[in-house]
Amino acid sequence: MEWFDSGWGLTLIVFIPTVAAAILLAIPRSEEGAAKMIALVASLISFFLSVVAIFQFDFGRADQMQLGTKLEWITSINANYAIGIDGISLPLMVLSTFVVVLAIIYSWDHWPEPHNPKAFLILILFLATGMAGTFVARDLVLFFIFFELVLLPMYFMIGVWGDKQQVTLPIVNRVVEMRLYASIKFFLFTLFGSAFMLLGFLALYFKSGDSQLGIRTFDIEVLSDIATRVDPGFLGSAAPWIFAALFLGFAVKVPMWPLHTWLPDAHTAAPTVGSVLLAAILLKLGTYGFVRISLPILPEQSMNWAPIIAVLAVISIIYGSLACLAQTDMKRLIAFSSVGHMGFVMLGISTMTTIGINAAVIGMVAHGIITGLLFFVAGSMSHRYHTREMSRLGGNLKLMPVMGGILGFTAMASLGLPGLAGFWGEFMALVGAFNPLDGLDLTLFRTAMVIGAIGTVLTAGYLLWMLQKVNLGEPKAEWASVELHDVERTELLAWVPLLVAIVALGVYPKIVLGATDPAVANIVENITRAVGS
Amino acid sequence: MVNLATLALSAGSLLATAEEEGHGVELSDGGLLAQYAWLMVVLPFVAALFITLYGKRTPRGGAWIAVGTVGFVLVYGLVLLISHWATPIAHTENINIATIGQFDIEWGVVVDGLSIMMFFVVGAIATASFTYAVSYMEGDIRETAFWASFSLFAGAMLVLVSAANILQMLVGWELVGLASYLLIGHYWEEKENSSAAMKAFLVNKVADVGLIIGVLIPALIVGSFRFHDILGAAVEGNPGLVKYGFVIGLLLFIGAMGKSAQFPFHVWLPDAMAGPTPVSALMHAATMVTAGVYLLGRMFPFYNSVAIDVLPIVMWIGGITMLIAGLLAIVQDDIKRVLAYSTVSQLGYMVAAMGAGAYTAGLFHLFTHAFFKSLLFLGAGSVIHAVHSNNMSDMGGLRKYMPTTFWTFGIGSLALAGFPLLAGFFSKDEVLASLNYASSHGTPSATFVMWIGIVTAFITAFYMARAVFLTFFGEYKGDPAHEPHESPRLMTVPLQALAVGAIVAGYFNVPGIFTPFTDWLSGREFAPGDHHAESFDIFVLVLGSLAGLIGIAIGYSFFFADGESQEARDRRFRLPGPIHTLLVNKYYIDDFYMLIVNFIKRPLANAANWLNGLIDAAVSGTGILMSVLGKFVYEGLDQRGIDASINAIGGGTGEAGGALRYIQTGKVQQYAAVLFIGVLLLAVGFFIVTSR
Repeated sequence: MEWFDSGWGLTLIVFIPTVAAAILLAIPRSEEGAAKMIALVASLISFFLSVVAIFQFDFGRADQMQLGTKLEWITSINANYAIGIDGISLPLMVLSTFVVVLAIIYSWDHWPEPHNPKAFLILILFLATGMAGTFVARDLVLFFIFFELVLLPMYFMIGVWGDKQQVTLPIVNRVVEMRLYASIKFFLFTLFGSAFMLLGFLALYFKSGDSQLGIRTFDIEVLSDIATRVDPGFLGSAAPWIFAALFLGFAVKVPMWPLHTWLPDAHTAAPTVGSVLLAAILLKLGTYGFVRISLPILPEQSMNWAPIIAVLAVISIIYGSLACLAQTDMKRLIAFSSVGHMGFVMLGISTMTTIGINAAVIGMVAHGIITGLLFFVAGSMSHRYHTREMSRLGGNLKLMPVMGGILGFTAMASLGLPGLAGFWGEFMALVGAFNPLDGLDLTLFRTAMVIGAIGTVLTAGYLLWMLQKVNLGEPKAEWASVELHDVERTELLAWVPLLVAIVALGVYPKIVLGATDPAVANIVENITRAVGS
Repeated sequence: MVNLATLALSAGSLLATAEEEGHGVELSDGGLLAQYAWLMVVLPFVAALFITLYGKRTPRGGAWIAVGTVGFVLVYGLVLLISHWATPIAHTENINIATIGQFDIEWGVVVDGLSIMMFFVVGAIATASFTYAVSYMEGDIRETAFWASFSLFAGAMLVLVSAANILQMLVGWELVGLASYLLIGHYWEEKENSSAAMKAFLVNKVADVGLIIGVLIPALIVGSFRFHDILGAAVEGNPGLVKYGFVIGLLLFIGAMGKSAQFPFHVWLPDAMAGPTPVSALMHAATMVTAGVYLLGRMFPFYNSVAIDVLPIVMWIGGITMLIAGLLAIVQDDIKRVLAYSTVSQLGYMVAAMGAGAYTAGLFHLFTHAFFKSLLFLGAGSVIHAVHSNNMSDMGGLRKYMPTTFWTFGIGSLALAGFPLLAGFFSKDEVLASLNYASSHGTPSATFVMWIGIVTAFITAFYMARAVFLTFFGEYKGDPAHEPHESPRLMTVPLQALAVGAIVAGYFNVPGIFTPFTDWLSGREFAPGDHHAESFDIFVLVLGSLAGLIGIAIGYSFFFADGESQEARDRRFRLPGPIHTLLVNKYYIDDFYMLIVNFIKRPLANAANWLNGLIDAAVSGTGILMSVLGKFVYEGLDQRGIDASINAIGGGTGEAGGALRYIQTGKVQQYAAVLFIGVLLLAVGFFIVTSR
């Protein structure tokens, strides 16, 4: 399959959804069945090809970029169409194509108001391209474009299909629709971050021209090579500023405390599929950026910033969990739980060790499937109850046993129960924090480890509390006369793969770690070399 | 990939170590029997999955499938035990499930004296409780869910017991916690029950913070999660382990305190009685709660080599726990709560023994206790089944109605009270004897704990006498229209079987005469380094037995009187007011914890949420500031300043200005413009800074 290995495979994975979106544009809006079918088939092909990519991928060389290509693109600035995957991007790419398929299956008969499946599907397909593209890009310009590409579809998804509940804005006391507020907030926060990220990229580009290599480049590997081998000091005194710029770009997306406030609003206001994609993939773009770009290209700065990141990560863990305990809206609670969980991912990255970064990647995948599923279930429940207020819910396990069972199971996975996917990321992040990379402050990281471990208690606390309020107890009287049907076929079809993945990853984490370990080891080795020299 | 090479190596080095250690006994690899021990672990999970998916379509919610799998575990465990008795087995199987750096993460099954003993105990008690539950749970509102969770527990417990590495033990540890959560909260319609389930989970989770950290430190030092490597390194005096030994030992013990309900983590166990009674018998008496003791046993070579300073702490925690829990059992009216506090107290004995360095005595008490305590719980369940109440004030006189339950419960109570020649007599005596032994062998303070143990033996006998007399003697005080009757055979046969266990279990370790139990437990890879007296300690034996007999006698004098009213009894036995209040309020420990929980849930969580609003306000404030700034730049400078000067010169560009102002009213454009200007300014600044 030489055509596949030489970059066509990845290209198709990334762009087939775009092609499908273009076809959708051409067909009339009334042809809903055809639109759904085209979107589903496209996402399935994309997913199927990413499965083929797993088989074509050489796990023995997982530390190297594979199945890629490099074509000249904008020659005047030496930006190339450079794509490829290594052991870190492979699981994330597969995750993104996988979740998109499930999102489309789920959408089959869950259309949020104002309906219009055609437009909604086009947005999902654009998102698919942006997400998969970010994970395969090897060039900063390409990365940036894909990274930004997800912004608009998500903005429209929240702004048009989002929650129409009225909220009062702080300070100005104006009443607006939740969806408008949340979408603009999401857009501005992310754009704010990306602006800095772009600046950082440009600075890297210009600085690489001054390095011993002497060529301006956007190529991530070349830049990393300069930073760790050729000319480690090439950024000079600009290095901290560049790191700070990238940090802002990625940290907003993760999101790290205190840049997280867009997240609860965006998640709560977004339609179900929007929340799922946000939680499952979009947040990972930020953490992936740290692992793919910040650490390899700015190893020394990463070292300097690691304690700050660790502290922010720990704050995110504790803060996110506490905020969860104060929520009355189920979906908002799940949204805040992401802050805490992504805190564990960032804690893993901040340790800069093989274990910590592996923890981060498996934590990303696990959070993607677990929280994605939680949002699916929360969405389906609010679809039936027409409320997300936990004080009105209760006895869900009695009203909808299967739905309640899946919610309970997923909550258990989310609190990091060993044997399920969520455990490994949390546990290994703590392991990494006990022994961070040489040169990092042991006391600080070990304190972070202890606080992180305490965070697991709070995590268990709010999830069990949610289960008690929503799932257990006697159903409230108001539901006695309401007809609530348990899970439907399309829901099961979308959820069962996630359930299976949660167990599979929990029992056999090698599914992810088998790919990531060599790639992570390579990054850590480079960092060690650069910092040591 | 199954790492065959390492497997062969580990098996080889295992034999080699055994010889080096000079056990005197040669350890065999157990052949096929040991290699297929994983079947015991896997089958209950298969059953749980099957019942979850198809239980509703299976007769009795899949009950008999569940019973079948634990029956298999019992038979397999028994065969293993017998062959281990003949030729000691120590064998480990490992399967790699991930590699991170130099770390191998594995699933493994360890088959050695310690785990075989536990396989047998889990199999035996589970078979009895499962069989009993077939009848007890008949017609339950959620029978399928019960059997799925109960099978899940059996599997999880076996994962824990068979763990060949410390990480797997953690996995099993949390999974039994999950099963416990599910089963305590089985009747989740009542908020009280779901709160009890949550409490159990969270209290354990707090203790698990210690466990998790305690697991990862030695693994990082040694570079492996395997017990084989960690214990080996400890025995050889690995400098890292020597340095961190105390911390690791303490952290692991904190984890053990949670699961084994030691003070101050004991609060969850009495509330856990909200679950169905067979659950209490199997999990919250015989097996799950002993996981902490098992952990200490598994890590014993570690404690004895590099964490020896932790052992006195362990001993004292055990001592404190046995006494305070025993006292609480006296004032309970709920028969299950009497037994629950009794369990906490007896777990205190086991932990104290471990702390005194008496590995065999601690585990022997675990072994005998499993039989008589599960017997007592199942007996209590039989009574509850008959009178439809947990409260002893609704019982009385039941010996006439339920003879089998009466005599089996009686045997269990006598065994627990340490009545001579029953199971508890032997094991409790060994615990006390080993405390006495430790007091003259390097741990003088063990004397105090021994005296606590003797006092507690008296208390134990007293509250059990109280329970038996209140339940089975006197007049029946329940609903007269509802005459109690004996439980069906499916419930009484397990009671009879366990009663046999409660009589004979003690004879497997008669010091100096017949000690197969000691041999079983020492048949493992690293010598546990047991400290215990080699023969009966007559002094302790007499004191301990007397304490028990006196306790029974005093209990008799207070509570035995056929046909006497509750009030008359109360007049005879009444604790002084303040003490009674203190005990009824459980020393206010629960209230203290609730204070902390409520602080986290209310002010702290609200503060976090409030801070969120604050950050939002700051962001909005910046936005407003920027838009005001933009407006000023546009209207003040752009329009008035520059334009005005041009207007002054050329005049009359009002139309253009109006058009511009029209565009400006669009909010999004304004945002975009502000953002653009802002980013532009920052970009300039950024390049100035970076180009230096």
